[in-house]
Amino acid sequence: MKSILPVLTVVAVIFGVWLLAVVPMNIHLVADQAQRDGAVVVPDTPVARQEVSGVALALRNVELIPLTYEFGRPRLPSPHQVAGEMVDTIFGQKVTSRRSLVYHGWVTLAPTLLGFVIGTGLGILLAVGIVYSRVMDRSVMPWAIVSQTIPILALAPMVIVVLGSMGIQGLFPKSLIAAYLSFFPVVVGMVKGLRSPSAMQLDLLRTYNASSSQGFWNLRLPASAPYLFASLKIGISASLVGTIVAELPTGARAGFGARMLVGDQYGQPLVSWAALFAAALTAAALVGIFSAIERLTLRRMGMAAA
Amino acid sequence: MSYVVLAFVIWAAGWWLNVRLASGARSDTLAVRIAVPAIFGLTIVIVWELMVRGFEVNPVLLPAPSAVIERMGDELAILWADFRQTVLKGALVGYIVGGLAAFGVAVLADRSPFLTRGILPVGSFMAALPIVGTAPILVRWLGSGWESKAAVVAVMVFFPILVNTVAGLKDTSAMQRDLMRTYAAGYWASLLKLRLPAAMPFVFNGLKIGTTLALIGAIVAEFFGSPTVGMGFRISTSFGQLALDMVWAEIVVAALAGSAFYGLVTWIEKRMTFWHPSQR
Repeated sequence: MKSILPVLTVVAVIFGVWLLAVVPMNIHLVADQAQRDGAVVVPDTPVARQEVSGVALALRNVELIPLTYEFGRPRLPSPHQVAGEMVDTIFGQKVTSRRSLVYHGWVTLAPTLLGFVIGTGLGILLAVGIVYSRVMDRSVMPWAIVSQTIPILALAPMVIVVLGSMGIQGLFPKSLIAAYLSFFPVVVGMVKGLRSPSAMQLDLLRTYNASSSQGFWNLRLPASAPYLFASLKIGISASLVGTIVAELPTGARAGFGARMLVGDQYGQPLVSWAALFAAALTAAALVGIFSAIERLTLRRMGMAAA
Repeated sequence: MSYVVLAFVIWAAGWWLNVRLASGARSDTLAVRIAVPAIFGLTIVIVWELMVRGFEVNPVLLPAPSAVIERMGDELAILWADFRQTVLKGALVGYIVGGLAAFGVAVLADRSPFLTRGILPVGSFMAALPIVGTAPILVRWLGSGWESKAAVVAVMVFFPILVNTVAGLKDTSAMQRDLMRTYAAGYWASLLKLRLPAAMPFVFNGLKIGTTLALIGAIVAEFFGSPTVGMGFRISTSFGQLALDMVWAEIVVAALAGSAFYGLVTWIEKRMTFWHPSQR
């Protein structure tokens, strides 16, 4: 709890920089608009204003500064505009409405969770295979590690379009990407976890004449829990990022990614920014839920977080 | 049909060979350690090729590996131009700018324990966010040249590197700090001689996470506007022309670039942190 004040300070600094940046980012647009509305602006032509930096223009037209925070189609919206848009689209709309962020959030969240469950399940199975089979360990494990260095995420949109052209649409293609992205972190973490019992502990089980499956259920699996949770937290945020990237340039009509792109293309920056922050909140909530489960589980198992 | 049967035969043969190698007497030699995954990868490629031929898969859905390799040979000049635009300009410049910025902020923040306690949770929170979603916004602000890609990359790699550097600078024991004090070392001496070297394993951890992020950011940002060159541009336009072999050629280049970038950072890490237990 000691860190609440420092965290608030850092967050306040970030918001301060944001607030300061709003003025020079929007002042040119605001000045153009003010001149059309009949106000006197220095310098008095848009071309001449392009020559001047945002800060200089703001200092020469001090009376325009408040307007930069209220401008309808800003390059950089101010925090309260984004917050207003989020409150409006989260609470102000019916959940089923296409304008509701809750609706778009669910469109993104459903394939993320489905894919995450599939990817995690398969990842745990492969990890068990790797730990118990030397051939699989030697053949698959190097590729699992190398695959982490490949920018697969960038290819997510293509996977969507290929599957779409094969007639597969809806939940499944996005889940596939989410599953793929959560798969390898879980495999790598789980293999580490299943191998974490020391030789001493394994020997102890042998002196108890424990069978291989007893060794798995009573020693290896519980010992892997801290590693599994660390991987789950990486996996769930990777899955969410994957789903959003998959929605971005593919002409998807719903979901956080689609909202970000639509806002950008139709000159509604507030829509983009609200979707961006809603996605950030969703990611934070998912990671937060897993951290809470991690703490509860590990405490009941008598372990500290890895 | 014979292709499909052959595919199964080769799969079985490859697996049998790997079983023999992995459980044989020499299974721990370096040659076998490299050979087993290599055989596994090669088997998959051959099976892929034979399956595509055997089932006569439409090349618009999945091209055969041989077609991809042929295409790579034909389009080397284009692939090289795309590589330069996306990896050398967009990804690398952004990576360096983001990395230096994160490093600088971390060293400054390290002077104040108060700031450190604030930056660690906020930074790791930001590192888990879908920052790649800022790509359309940054491309709009900075235009479609490589500068906007570098900006996306810089923002994406900033937080993982920041968090790891801040955590690393804290990673000295009270004993080590006391030793520096008995030498009457000032802030700079203890930073350069103790805390920066001690932070290096953490810094490299952040840098390694950043390599993949850098390529992802540079490629994804090109989907939202780019000059008529670049890997992301080529992937999306080749896709529109249903030239899937070209898309796969770019995927191969991206995979090689990603692994090489990661390998390079790992190599530098080995040279610089040779003293750390994990490297010995």
